[in-house]
Order: sequence, then C-alpha cells, then structure tokens
Amino acid sequence: MISIKNLSKTFNKNIHAVRNVDLEIDEGEVVVIVGPSGSGKSTVLRCINRLEVPTEGSIAIDGVELTDPKCNIDEIRAEVGMVFQQFNLFPHLTVMDNICLAQRKVRGKSKSEANEMAMKQLLRVGIPDKADSYPRQLSGGQQQRVAIARSLSMEPKIMLFDEPTSALDPEMVKEVLDVMLELASEGMTMAVVTHEMGFAKAAGDRLVFMDEGMIVEIGPPNKVFENPEEQRTKDFFDKILY
Amino acid sequence: MAKSQGKKENRGRKNLSDTPAWWDTFPWWGIAIVAILLWMGYQIVTKDSYDLAWERVIPGIRITITATLQAFAIALALGLLAGMGQLSRNVFSRNLARTYVEFIRGIPILPLIFTVALVLLPQIQDALGFKLSFQMRATVTLAFIYGAYMAEIFRGGIQSIAAGQVEAGRSLGLSRRQTMNSIVLPQAMRAIIPPLGNDFIAILKDTSLLSVLGVLEITQRARQFSASTFKFREGYFVLAFIYLVLTLGLSLLLGLLERRMTRDDRGVRSNRGID
Repeated sequence: MISIKNLSKTFNKNIHAVRNVDLEIDEGEVVVIVGPSGSGKSTVLRCINRLEVPTEGSIAIDGVELTDPKCNIDEIRAEVGMVFQQFNLFPHLTVMDNICLAQRKVRGKSKSEANEMAMKQLLRVGIPDKADSYPRQLSGGQQQRVAIARSLSMEPKIMLFDEPTSALDPEMVKEVLDVMLELASEGMTMAVVTHEMGFAKAAGDRLVFMDEGMIVEIGPPNKVFENPEEQRTKDFFDKILY
Repeated sequence: MAKSQGKKENRGRKNLSDTPAWWDTFPWWGIAIVAILLWMGYQIVTKDSYDLAWERVIPGIRITITATLQAFAIALALGLLAGMGQLSRNVFSRNLARTYVEFIRGIPILPLIFTVALVLLPQIQDALGFKLSFQMRATVTLAFIYGAYMAEIFRGGIQSIAAGQVEAGRSLGLSRRQTMNSIVLPQAMRAIIPPLGNDFIAILKDTSLLSVLGVLEITQRARQFSASTFKFREGYFVLAFIYLVLTLGLSLLLGLLERRMTRDDRGVRSNRGID
C-alpha cells in the first residue's frame, strides 16, 4: 500500500535526517517505528504525506508517486490521516467544527452529513458529549482523541501517528492508546512513531528500529524486543526497558 | 504596649497582601481626563472668542472623518495585500511587497506626503489617464503610507500562528488557500485587530498632516482662523479639544472590542462557526 524506496532527507544541505530508507507497509498492517530521538523516525513519517519533501528516493501510496510534481498532494493527504504530538486542534473552532471543517471543504459534504460522521467518530473515541466544547476546555487526552476523530472522519486509507502520547500527562496515555488499539484491531493501516513499547507489542505487526537516519532492524515486535540481531538495537532496549 | 504591637502586625499584613487597595488600581487618569475635557468644553461654550473659533473649525470635521475612514479602508486592503505578499511563495510578489514596505517605513510621513501627493500620484495619474480630486489624492497618500505599516501587522499576525496549525490543516487535505482562510486568518485576527485599532487612531491624528496640502480639515481650518484673527490660543485650543474627544472616544470603543475578543478567545462565548 505504501512503498518507500531509498528515501533520504537532508536538512540545510548537511544534516542527514534520513538515509536510504526502504519500507513497505501493507494494507491492514500496523508498523511501529521506534528509535532514539533524532534518529529520523518522525521525518520518515512526515515524508509519507509530504509535510517534508524527500531529498532523494520515492514514496508511493497505492501506486501514486508523491514525489511526482504532477500529483495532487491535497487529494493524497485527504486519504492519509495524521495525528501529531501536539494535537494541533484548531483553537478557534469547537470540537464539532474541528471535525467538520475538512469534511465540508475537501469532501464537499453537507452540514448534516458532516455532523453525522463527526458524531460517529466522537462516539468511537468515547467523548460524544464534548462536541460543543472548545479545545482548550479539554484535557490533553481528550484533545488527542478529538484529533484522532478528526482524521478518521475523512475516512483515510492509512493513519500516521507521530508520537501521539509524548505530550500527555501519564494518566491520559492509556485512553489514547486504547483508541489506537481498537483502531488497529479493526484493520486500519497504521504507521506509528512512539516510545510506548507496550503498544508496539500489543498492536504492532512489525517493529522498525531506526538509528542515525537508517533502519537498523525490522521484524515482529516480540522478536526485535527479546532477540535483536543488532547490537545497537539491544543497547537501545537495554536503556529504555526495565 | 501590646496594643501598639498588634497594630504594627496588622500594618505588616496589609503590606503583604497581594490584592492592592482600591485607590491603587482606580483609574484616576480617567477622572483627570474627563475633568480636563469638561473644563475645555466649558471654556468653549461660555467664552465668545472660543465660540467663534469652534464655529470656524468644526465644519472641517466632515473632511477629517471621511479622510480617516477612506484612508483606513484603502490602507487595510493595501496592508493585507502587502502583508500576504511578503509571505508569498512567488519571488516577484514577495520582493515587490518588501520593497514597498521598506521604502515607506524608511521615510517620515511629512516628506512622504509631499512626494507622493505632489509628485508620484500626479505622474501616475497622467500615465494612466485619470484624475483624482486634491483631497482624494491626499487621502490616498495617507492610505499608501499606512498600508505599509499595516502590512507588517498582518505579516506578524499570520506568522504568529504556530506551524502545526498549517500542518494539521494541510494534512487533512485542505489547500493552501483554504488553510489560510479557515485556519490561519481567523486566529491571526486576534493578534491583528488591536494594533489595527491603534493605526485607525493614528490615521485620524495624521489627517492633520493633510493641512500642509491645503485640505480643509480641522487643522487647516484652525490654522486659517488663527492666522486671520490672531487668536492662536482659541483656534488651537478648540482643535486640541476636538481631537481629544475623537481619539479618546475611539480608544474607549476599541477597548470594548478588545475585551470582547479576549473573552471569545477563552471560549466562553460560542457563537462562532465555520460557515
């Protein structure tokens, strides 16, 4: 479904954030990307909906080349959901309007169609009663769940999660992970950058370990955790797991 | 002895309190301003010489107000255009907008008024074959100057919106323009409106500079009155009074508008939609 070939991204001509990454993500697959900070995992994710333009290599979603100048990036992005570390809800709009904005402007839905979809997604993430609230009136966990509902309302083919729980207070991490777990069990294609190893074990089909812009190791989560082939992978998990 | 000690303690506690006394936060300046205005008004109403000055100056208020409104409206359009232009992806419009802003901001208003109204605009008029009234040329000049100031306000307001907002909008499939119109500009407005209000008042005051071109607004009328009657004190006293009433009234209104907007910002009022 997503095919990343020889992807490299260089910032300011000399910072090599991503080097020669190859990765295929199949339909319905949950790929979890982990690695130390600065290892390029977020950059890979952001390249998938071209928030970062690749310096080299190619990315194709359902056979459509993102790096092709003729491709309509807005159309592709409408099919690719993205959840950010900082939620990035629109503070001047209610939860309902946050979720309806793109449905109406991009999908051209009527107000009632958009509202119906928004309520459906809010039910799914468990906060239908917050439809008329403003983002700042919600807790971090609730905000992130609204952000997920907002992405889901576009009925994307794939969901990208960029450290979705890293900005949350500890007691709110679970409510967001629960929503993601459920999404994974429903067969959503997902690429998740996270430090939550529990989530990787529970929901991940494959685990990607990145370091210094390269994929060091890739395989089933349990195998990579317990029996890594590379010394670097082992060192990383030794540091973070206890 | 014990009593006086208790008093001391009390006084100490008072000083430590983090809520200031009413007289500490009371807007005494407002009382002072109102008192000054009342005194000035009283002079004008009761003294014949002031009364005469008033009669000669006040007809100019129509031109002062029209020029302010017109200049503000045109400057708003120019400012938005130049502000967005500076943030454009297009190399040409970016540099054009930047040139305009830097040029205007580098020259004081008075010389600019002479140059634009007496040299630049007549040349443009001749080249394009239209004719503006003298007053309109002066107004357009003022708008041209304030457009550059406002461009910086718009640019700053737009840039104050976190990049994550744009990324969120774009990753939902919204186009650049849709993101700007539905996400960035509505939020930027909160940062933009207060300084725009200040510029509105500044334009009102700077219409007085149009007097150097002979536009018959209140300053020019006060000058003419004083010069012909030698009643300088009366003429400029009345002029100051009119400006004070106008600017203070406006800043009062703008203060109310700002307070309404900050309340909105906290999400207490909820009548904003996306339609």
